[in-house]
Amino acid sequence: MTAAAFGVATVFLACAVEAVEALTIVLAVGTARGWRSTLQGVAAGLVVLAVVVAALGPALTVIPLGALRLVVGGLLLVFGLQWLRKAILRASGFTALRDEAAIYDREVLAARTAGSARRGFVADGYAFTLAFKGVLLEGLEVAFIVVTFGANQGSIPLAVIGAALAVLAVTVAGIAVRAPLARVPENTMKFAVGVMLCTFGTFWGAEGAGVHWPGEDAALLAVLAYVLAVSLLAVAALRRVRRRRAATTPWPVS
Amino acid sequence: MRTLRAFLAFAYDFVVGDDPTAAAGIAIALALTATLTATTGIPVWWLMPLALLAILTWSLHRAIRRSPR
Repeated sequence: MTAAAFGVATVFLACAVEAVEALTIVLAVGTARGWRSTLQGVAAGLVVLAVVVAALGPALTVIPLGALRLVVGGLLLVFGLQWLRKAILRASGFTALRDEAAIYDREVLAARTAGSARRGFVADGYAFTLAFKGVLLEGLEVAFIVVTFGANQGSIPLAVIGAALAVLAVTVAGIAVRAPLARVPENTMKFAVGVMLCTFGTFWGAEGAGVHWPGEDAALLAVLAYVLAVSLLAVAALRRVRRRRAATTPWPVS
Repeated sequence: MRTLRAFLAFAYDFVVGDDPTAAAGIAIALALTATLTATTGIPVWWLMPLALLAILTWSLHRAIRRSPR
């Protein structure tokens, strides 16, 4: 039950982060180029993602659970470490926070200056392609998370519901404010997803490798606390490094 | 051929990301865990959490070393 609840929460958060990023692209293209071709691109992207989930989901459930957990745990760790590393570097100030408003302005400018070409039933090929790629690329990782979490917990529909709720929430918020969701604490969400993906990756990967966790499923909470503590310590340590670097950097001479 | 190469490059970037050493570290840690479990029977539940700490520290160290001062 605990694992299932954490799983759905992870899928929801991961999907919400990617949906915020996709929304920025879709809003920029739709505002600059018109909505018809943009929404066709969004629909096409969602259809491809649905096909990926529908095809991969049942295929994964056929694989024996031990092998599935080993492979999926490893992949979740690889993805989770990428999310976590990015979030820690942003939280400690080593890389800039993602600025949805600035990205939106850049996309609008690029969309306004690009040429247009009719492609089949699509009136504006540029708007269609940009919206399609935005939805597909941002959504592919989420589709993978949905499939792996669903297959591991034996309930792909539950994971799909978590993802769909996140897309719905972000879409409704986007329609309500008619602007990129710049005030969403995106890095905090990314940090949380990174921690959860690393937690599940560590837990399932080790189980798939034959490990028996002390306390069985309850060990998941201990792993979660451990990964969270390591990540927060990493942020604190990097902030200290950054302050030390700033203190030793000489003032520029003008 | 070009399409296949582009797809493989995309798949590599999608799975491995921008730090291939982290992905390699995870693969090695999982293989070591599986080998120790199968051959010795020693409880090695602590190995993956330790590996995660080492890989994350190494990956962050590489990232800040590359960042401009």
